[in-house]
Formats: sequence, C-alpha cells, structure tokens
Amino acid sequence: MFIGLVLTQVLILNHIQFSGFVNPYIYILFVLLLPLSTPRYAVLIFAFLMGISIDIFSNSLGIHSFATVFIGYIRPLVIRVISSREEDMSDYPGLMQNGIVWFLSYVSIMVLVHHTILFYLEVFTFANFFSTLMRVFFSSVFSIFAIVLSQLIVFRD
Amino acid sequence: MRGLLRYLINNHVFLLFLFLEVVSLIFVFNFNKYQSVQYLNSSNRVAASVYNYFDSVVKYFELAKDNEILAKENARLKSQHSFLQNRPDSLGPEFVQHDTNYRYIPARIINNSVNKTLNYITLNKGSSDGVKPDMGIVSPTGIVGVVISVSESYSLGFSLLNSRWGPSGKLKKSGFFGPVEWSGADYREANLMEIPFHVHLAVGDTIVTSGHSSVFPEGLMIGTVKEFSQPEGESFYKIKIQLSTDFRSIHFVDIIDNLDREELQKLESLIENGATNN
Repeated sequence: MFIGLVLTQVLILNHIQFSGFVNPYIYILFVLLLPLSTPRYAVLIFAFLMGISIDIFSNSLGIHSFATVFIGYIRPLVIRVISSREEDMSDYPGLMQNGIVWFLSYVSIMVLVHHTILFYLEVFTFANFFSTLMRVFFSSVFSIFAIVLSQLIVFRD
Repeated sequence: MRGLLRYLINNHVFLLFLFLEVVSLIFVFNFNKYQSVQYLNSSNRVAASVYNYFDSVVKYFELAKDNEILAKENARLKSQHSFLQNRPDSLGPEFVQHDTNYRYIPARIINNSVNKTLNYITLNKGSSDGVKPDMGIVSPTGIVGVVISVSESYSLGFSLLNSRWGPSGKLKKSGFFGPVEWSGADYREANLMEIPFHVHLAVGDTIVTSGHSSVFPEGLMIGTVKEFSQPEGESFYKIKIQLSTDFRSIHFVDIIDNLDREELQKLESLIENGATNN
C-alpha cells in the first residue's frame, strides 16, 4: 500500500492539471488509515517516511514530510474530537467501519490541515495570502473527493 | 536525573514529533544549497529509474506531436544550413565570428511539472554523458531551464517555471536586457523586469537570451511580449512575456555545454577577488 500510494501520487496525480494550480494529494491516505491501535511514535515515523518519499520524487525536500508528520501527530486528537461514542469505534478508521459522515469529517479536517501547511510552506510567504488560500481550498476539495472515491472503489462490498 | 528521564519517557511522542519536524525544516532550508543533498532529489537512482520506466511507456502516446516538433526544427536547421553555405567565402577569415564554443547533448525529459510554485525537470542524461551543474537546457522552441544536480546517468534542473531561477533576457529589437522571472501562476507567461520607460516596445516583440551568463549562448528564443504597462511611480515597464516553449508538451531537449566555461569563470572570479582586495 505504501509503494502503491507513492507511485500513484508521483506518476499520475502530480500531473493532474486543473486550471493550472490544483494538485490533489491522496498519499496521506496511508497515514489516515493506520489502525487506531498503532503506537503514536510508529504513526509519526510512518508519516515521516511517507512524506520524505514523496519529497524525493517531487524535489520538495522537507515540505511534505513536515506536513505529514504534523497530521500524524494531531490524528488522535482529531479522532477524539469528532467521535461521539468512543466505545463503539472500530480499530480501523475506514469508511465502511465508521460511516460516511464520520469518515468525511475525519478526512476533511486532516486534508485541510495538511494542505494548508503544505502550500504555505511551499511558497514560504504570506504575501499572496489569498491566492495561496484558493489553492489550498481547491486542492483540498479534490483530495477529499479522490480519497473518498478511492475508498468507495476499493472497499465496496 | 531520574526526573528528567521520566519526563523524556512520558513525552516521547511529542519529542519525536518535534524531532521529525525539525529534521524536515532543516531539509527545507538546506535544499537550496543544492549540492549538499544531491541524493535526496529525483535524480537519484531509484526515483529516476521509476520515472524513466514510466516515461518509456507513456512516450508512445506523444510520438506524433514529438515528430512534428522535430520535423519543424529539422526544416529550420536545413534552411539555416543552406543560408550559411551560400555565404561568400571571399569575405576572408577576419569576418568569421569566433564566438564562445558550445556543445549540445541531446536528452529526454523523464519528469516535469508546471503546476507547482517551484517546478523542476528530470533528464535522462547524467555525469557519464558529460552533464554538469549550471548547464543550460533548451528545447527546439526555446529555453527550458538549467541543470542543478547530476547523478551518474540522470540529472535534475530548475525549470524556467521556478521562481528561484530566471535567465537574463533581452529585447531583440533594441538590445535592452533584464532578468526574466516567472510569475508563479501561469505556465505560459513570465515577466521581463528592469526595462526602462524610454525603450520603445510593441506587443509581439521578440525576447531572446542575452548571452551575459555562461549558461546560454546569445539569441536563444525565450518568448514574445504579450502585454506591457507603465506603472505609475516606477521607472520600469511591467512586461508580460508569452513563453515560446510549451512546458506541458516538451519531451526532447538539448543540454548546452559551454566549452569555455571554466576559463570564463576563472576570469570572472579573478575580477571579483580583485575588486574585494581594493
């Protein structure tokens, strides 16, 4: 899954052009779908490895790993905030296990945080604040869409 | 001591988090000093061979277009050749221009992007083919970028669509020159800076390389003037260039090796050192 996601990301999704500046990133699915029982330090290390792999392919050393490690760190927090009945949670934070509404809000929060960090770190300035915000927003919409779609395709009954 | 140890164990997740983030940031800030992290970019063996393999499959879909571009260039070179052949030799050797010597290394682009704020290109030629950092990359339709990092059989370059690098361009008609900078938004446009108001401009004017650096020879196509304005309170034009290279469809490029580069650099560093000594 690790290798599959990296290849999908760098060979196909990095070449998607939509109005020039939209680029969906679905490789964070790897971090999103780690079982909840995974130790937190392991999540961070996996997130770092994933980020650095994407970085090496897209010549953006450090940017993806920073953003991915960050969402790896806030993952338990986000899950705690959006889950109402914690005892019912399945160990696997997927679409089928927890329902569409839960999964959608989980993915949306994580993707938005990830993309915000990613794009602002990439341009490294707040000068074009709103044009960057536009990029964050549109790319996020596409990423969320792609991630949910991939879950529907891969894990249908 | 035991308290410190307990603190470390209790907070190991947070400390690991901090550690990984700091490592990432160090990478971010050091990537620009491009020689130091040579192996962590897409010219390294694993990443480049993945791109190379993928490209060897995908390139067949682009063959028709590539053929057309190469045929066009062929025709252009043929006409140039016949023009040069017909030039009277009676002019004598004193009229033959002895300009800087350049060698061209053909290469294929195996990875390219146009939608980031910092775009890079990966090429399938490396140090074993004689590629070195700071060589220019040019396509049949215009300049493309500059090589920044080289592995044994692959190399990585800044695309012109990268705000960290810009060539020096000049107006072919008047000879005025200034830096060309990508605006960061559209892959078909760039800006020409520092052209003063007294220069006569028209939409459609050709912009070529100035030849003031050892990266590109003089007179390579960059683009044409798309629109220009005179911002109030400033002394330079705001010029938008329509780039002649379509960065989404380039596949075959030439890497330009300036055979006099070392001599030039030696001379230039001599002058710089002399200036600081005074």
